Amino acid sequence: MDAPIHNLKKRLVREARTDFPILHTTVNGRDLVFLDSAASSQKPRAVIDCINTYYREQNANVHRGVYSLSQTATQLFEDSREKVKDFISAKHSREVIFVRGATEGINLVAQSFGGKFFKPGGEIILSQLEHHSNIVPWQMIAEEKGMKIRVVPINSKGELMMDALEDMLSEKVQMIALNHISNALGTINPVKEISALARRYDIPVLIDGAQATSHGEVNVQELGVDFYVFSGHKMFGPTGIGVLWGKEKWLEAMPPWQGGGEMIETVSFEKTTFNELPFKFEAGTPNIAGSIALGAAIDYIGQFDMLEIVKYERELLKYATEKLKEIPGLRIYGEAAEKASVISFLIENTHPYDLGILLDKMGIAVRTGHHCTQPLMDFLGIPGTVRASMALYNDQNDIDRLVDGLVKARQMLT
Amino acid sequence: MRCCLDERKDVIRRILVGTFKWSNKDKFMETIEQIQDEIIEDFSLFDDWMQKYEYIIELGKSLPLIEEEYKKDEFLIRGCQSRVWMRAERKGDRMFFKADSDAIITKGLIALLIKVLSGHTAQDIAQADLYFIDRIGLREHLSLTRSNGLASMVQQMKRSTTLVYSGKQEEN
Ligand SMILES: Cc1ncc(COP(=O)(O)O)c(C=O)c1O
Repeated sequence: MDAPIHNLKKRLVREARTDFPILHTTVNGRDLVFLDSAASSQKPRAVIDCINTYYREQNANVHRGVYSLSQTATQLFEDSREKVKDFISAKHSREVIFVRGATEGINLVAQSFGGKFFKPGGEIILSQLEHHSNIVPWQMIAEEKGMKIRVVPINSKGELMMDALEDMLSEKVQMIALNHISNALGTINPVKEISALARRYDIPVLIDGAQATSHGEVNVQELGVDFYVFSGHKMFGPTGIGVLWGKEKWLEAMPPWQGGGEMIETVSFEKTTFNELPFKFEAGTPNIAGSIALGAAIDYIGQFDMLEIVKYERELLKYATEKLKEIPGLRIYGEAAEKASVISFLIENTHPYDLGILLDKMGIAVRTGHHCTQPLMDFLGIPGTVRASMALYNDQNDIDRLVDGLVKARQMLT
Repeated sequence: MRCCLDERKDVIRRILVGTFKWSNKDKFMETIEQIQDEIIEDFSLFDDWMQKYEYIIELGKSLPLIEEEYKKDEFLIRGCQSRVWMRAERKGDRMFFKADSDAIITKGLIALLIKVLSGHTAQDIAQADLYFIDRIGLREHLSLTRSNGLASMVQQMKRSTTLVYSGKQEEN
């Protein structure tokens, strides 16, 4: 990749914190320290205001009305699709399907693509790192079709074992579905390399990018994948909106998943013909406000230099890792060389749940439990972890508060 | 600072030996309401969350362990945060509970529930209004999002009481 010309107009990442009203509230009498962005990120004022403005001034159904309001709403909605297209460097905006989130995107592909193209006796490759969202939809279609799920193992650092993946490839494999970044361990997977391997056998690749889009550049063409899904709420946008991007050739070939309004061209009781892309996959009135606000979230991210976000978060991760390691008995799970700003850990003789409760009392929000990755936790031989995940609005003070909180909680518990 | 901490610990210790008795026969004389009121009084001695939680943690540590043989899936209350095993036993017309958890705060909360409900009749347990949870400021543990929170434990205690009484579970 060529180094981009540094845009002097870009804002500094360390200014971001002031944009998030919720980060300036208190919880249990303490200033909130929010370290659960991997579950859902907080929202900047720009996104909140966008939703507010939409309902106050722009609300109307899209693609239907001849009146001005409806046309404005439609324009904003389609502008947003355009923003998504640019954000992930897709070829066409018709390849951008608005869905509820990563989960719905995966289900859509499993049901529509899998329903049409999967054959009995075939295989679907997943990995030990997957979120339940990228396991269960595949199990459902595999069961229906009589296929086998194969699981790429990980090494002790939490990285995919690429040689094992390579060994699994054959004509039998009909889909490789992996996450871009692991929500539980933070591992950044070598997607480009994986899709290059898959191409040898013409295997389609779906990437679950739920954890990736707010932490680094995503260029679907460069990644060489066939499908890429993500959720708005994990990238400073609202809940209930997400994106399925797919290569046009696949989306064209796939049958509609849900039927209803918006997705049709003509309807009669004898025969219904379907609308073109992307509407074929968007049955019913879409999440208009959500889609537009996702566009606002993309604009928000665009104020910063993506490379600076990556650098900032990497430094924060390094700082947090070093500080946490100073706590006696603390063990970090996931030490991939390429790692996003997610730290999973356990403290000897304490239960994650206890730590989570006590931290909450100190105004510190972390996630505890299995993080919807039970197969991974089973593999690690632990019931769950405490997970601190950071975004561009976190800073060293958050980490210091976390470390102090953990020291105190540990004292109370042991 | 140090002295305050010690003082606080002392209060907890006194509470622990003073009113917290696992097999106190007199307890049968007390109603579920009376026990709850005692707990509420105990908790009124604490003036911040730390003392309260230190106490709960102490309770958790002092709860007699459930025998290993009962730490099996059939005694597990399902949830995703911490594991809780519970066993209900009938002696005469009264119910007794034993429980354990891998998380110490959960265990402390169970200890409180056991203290309130154990040793009472099925009817009293079924009808019990557990207002103490709210009054001692632990309502947050009742929320449904905290799986394995007090709500599911209470539910399980009431359910197994009904089961034991209807003879669907072996009695001792
Ligand atoms: C890696 C990964 N995949 C998928 C999902 C599911 O995302 P959503 O619940 O927004 O559909 C998540 C969110 O927790 C995730 O972290």
